[in-house]
Amino acid sequence: MLSKKASCDSHGQDSSYFLGWEEYEKNPYHQVHNPNGIIQMGLAENQLSFDLVESWLAANPDAAGLKRNGESVFRELALFQDYHGLPAFKKVLVEMMAKMRGNKVKLEANNLVLTAGATSANETLMFCLADPGEAILLPTPYYPGFDRDLKWRTGAEIVPIQCTSSNGFKITPSALQDAYERARKFNLKVKGVLITNPSNPLGTTMTLLELNHIIDFVIEKDIHIISDEIYSGTAFDSPSFVSILEALMQRNLENTQVWNRVHIVYSLSKDLGLPGFRVGMIYSNNPAVVSAATKMSSFGLISSQTQYLLSQMLSDKKFTRKYMTENKKRLLKRKEMFVSGLKSAGITCLESNAGLFCWVDMRHLLRSNTFEAEMELWEKVVCDVGLNISPGSSCHCTEPGWFRMCFANMSEETLRVAMQRIKVKLVDGNQSRSTTAVVKSARLQIQTKWVLQLASYNRGPDR
Amino acid sequence: MCMLSRKATCNSHGQDSSYFLGWQEYEKNPFHEVRNTKGIIQMGLAENQLCFDILKSWIANNPDAAGFKRNGESIFAELALFQDYHGIPEFKKALTEFMSEIRGNKVSFDPNHLVLAAGATSANETLMFCLANHGEAFLLPTPYYPGFDRDLKWRTGVEIIPIHCTSSNGFQITETALQEAYLEAQKRNLRVKGVLVTNPSNPLGTTMTRNELNMLVSFVDEKGIHLVSDEIYSGTAFSTPSFVSVMEILKERKCDENGSQVWKRVHVVYSLSKDLGLPGFRVGAIYSNDDMVVAAATKMSSFGLVSSQTQYLLAAMLSDKKLTKNYISENHKRLRQRQKKLVSGLQKAGISCLKGNAGLFCWVDMRHLLRSNTFEAEMELWKKIVYEVRLNISPGSSCHCTEPGWFRVCFANMSEETLDLAMQRLKAFVTEYYNVPEVNGHGQNSRLNHSRRRSLTKWVFRLSFDDRSPIPGR
Repeated sequence: MLSKKASCDSHGQDSSYFLGWEEYEKNPYHQVHNPNGIIQMGLAENQLSFDLVESWLAANPDAAGLKRNGESVFRELALFQDYHGLPAFKKVLVEMMAKMRGNKVKLEANNLVLTAGATSANETLMFCLADPGEAILLPTPYYPGFDRDLKWRTGAEIVPIQCTSSNGFKITPSALQDAYERARKFNLKVKGVLITNPSNPLGTTMTLLELNHIIDFVIEKDIHIISDEIYSGTAFDSPSFVSILEALMQRNLENTQVWNRVHIVYSLSKDLGLPGFRVGMIYSNNPAVVSAATKMSSFGLISSQTQYLLSQMLSDKKFTRKYMTENKKRLLKRKEMFVSGLKSAGITCLESNAGLFCWVDMRHLLRSNTFEAEMELWEKVVCDVGLNISPGSSCHCTEPGWFRMCFANMSEETLRVAMQRIKVKLVDGNQSRSTTAVVKSARLQIQTKWVLQLASYNRGPDR
Repeated sequence: MCMLSRKATCNSHGQDSSYFLGWQEYEKNPFHEVRNTKGIIQMGLAENQLCFDILKSWIANNPDAAGFKRNGESIFAELALFQDYHGIPEFKKALTEFMSEIRGNKVSFDPNHLVLAAGATSANETLMFCLANHGEAFLLPTPYYPGFDRDLKWRTGVEIIPIHCTSSNGFQITETALQEAYLEAQKRNLRVKGVLVTNPSNPLGTTMTRNELNMLVSFVDEKGIHLVSDEIYSGTAFSTPSFVSVMEILKERKCDENGSQVWKRVHVVYSLSKDLGLPGFRVGAIYSNDDMVVAAATKMSSFGLVSSQTQYLLAAMLSDKKLTKNYISENHKRLRQRQKKLVSGLQKAGISCLKGNAGLFCWVDMRHLLRSNTFEAEMELWKKIVYEVRLNISPGSSCHCTEPGWFRVCFANMSEETLDLAMQRLKAFVTEYYNVPEVNGHGQNSRLNHSRRRSLTKWVFRLSFDDRSPIPGR
């Protein structure tokens, strides 16, 4: 008697991505209370720079205290439910977004639509751009949440653009065409391409070449681009982040039709580490999209209390400048610590310059080049090693053996514990909990492999 | 040029209705007590502005709540990271207790069955996604909140079939009306998944009677369908008869004990936008006894979670039982007084309303002011009231009322002085309009003059009756 949506499982929440979470919830690591618990490395949170925000809040008590220049604005905020959003907030957001793009693009506050998180923004864009049964192309590997956010209530389909490790998982023109053809074969009308740049789970920024391939493709096919730039403020290393808007401007495409078919999604959940506050947004140069999305935002408006707090904070340019720089510095340091820790365990990752995670290569630890083997390894890592990480299959990766591991959602000490566990429990192979001969022999194979790798990597100290 | 979706390009967001057009006119020329005394007074917005002082002083006396602190210690990081769609437990506990308190503690709510949403707008849409497929239908009694046309139908593809209610019995839902609506759906080949009612009613400003509620429960039980009770105004039931929630009815019928299926098909929607006057904070909730609905709605709430900053503040506020007790009773008192003011002001203009005991508005009877018993005449009158009298009120047609001449007029979203001014303008309009019927040059015929004289007599009689005892503020 319920709807199909309520009774089906296309909310995607039976995927391992969520199951790992559940295991963690049952036995969460705590430095003091539960040092043998599972360490959460599956949650792309940014916990590195709260001190900066907290000290700003302490120095500016009016913002949280619902006051402006000492006067209460409680009533005004309590009543403010205009889906056009708090003007002061949208102004500072577009300023910040422009700054993050090196001020190479000029953004208008009127083209910004506020939503309750990027989750809401992405779903809303799908409702605006695609009818049920129509399709959107996404490069793999991609954020598992998209299966729910883009498809569940909208009825839209996702057709993957297969990317492989042969070229660092970059998007190629042939991969784009293949995906389009596959959609056609399934009789699905393609409405657009959705990219996450910087990429989740790869942790890399898109190259100008890739962006241009995509632009050429959508011009040719007359379709939309959604660029989820939620990690744009976490591009901590070169090459620097290039937004799709910048790529378009470089080609002087501002006054052409494709300009109206490009939509950016952003959020404060990753850069500022504020996922709880539900601050997301859509930026589009297409007035019809802005208009429809604005009305749809009624279903997920941002609390005016939160809009006010953040409009005050982000209008403090000294603070935002300091935050952006310091945040990147800390992320870079943390990533480097993580990469070198993995290296000393004979594990490499895709070379990355952004995000809150690394795309880790554990193919050499697989019993066989299969997703079953990947699942086995993943279960071992979650249950035996005690780390919740995300298996590549949950991100629709075409090659088994890749895992996303987060490094910014814990203290340095905890990360060190995690590194230690990887080295000792995962790679050392001295654990004798497994009972089957198959697994034992597989473990021997793995041991041989890593011994070789370790030998080659341990030649030099930290990267 | 690549097409957008049908949803983006159609106009079933319902925002071309007069409900929204009146808003637009107001936006162009908004009344201000000092800066724009000739502007349009907003009486189309069901906001509760009467008790901010109580909340404001609580916040001032409890700085930790808004300051991200617990017992003086910062919990900022914890809140900033909290995005669990199960919601902050303390908040759900406090909210369910508040909901109980509003219902005189006659029913209790289990926080595990409460799903938070970004406002009742989000809650209602989410429930539709959970209960109905594209093309299926829900029955709604008319008149109903114009926003439902967008909230329940737009992205869900669900249809609304009206249950026609009339002034003959104070717009109460009848068995006949229910059956007729159900048949209408069948005639249109639409599968009915449930009934959605707003109790207390918007726009009527009345609480549902026990009779109506029992009849509804029996109806949905018999048909095997759902009942959604939007109880967003439950805390604004300011005078007798007292508010009875559908949950109370279920309890009385011992639905929870005998394992009746209907228990699982009744869902309540709530929000803090009307009772606490906090529409900007986007706090809504779905309450359901059906585990599958709770599970699905919880996942769907990802698309509209309540800011943890807001959850924390309100958890602290609503956990303060001294505050909630005082607030609920003071809120009732002030709403009651304010409604009386509107009713008596209208009376002085020879206008009556449906007898209301809840809500932030009155359902006003202006049928006698219509040129003819048609919706065109209602639109004419409405435009006059917006543009000439400069009051933005909501015409009954925007609420799908079947009878022309009814209007929803809000009373709790302005100061007392502004309300007085609005009433003066209205009285002046009625006086002037009916004193000079020839001058307007509308090409009246004798039939119209005759009906005008009839209405003239009615209000002249009423005015003279009321002016006999001019008790101020009554």
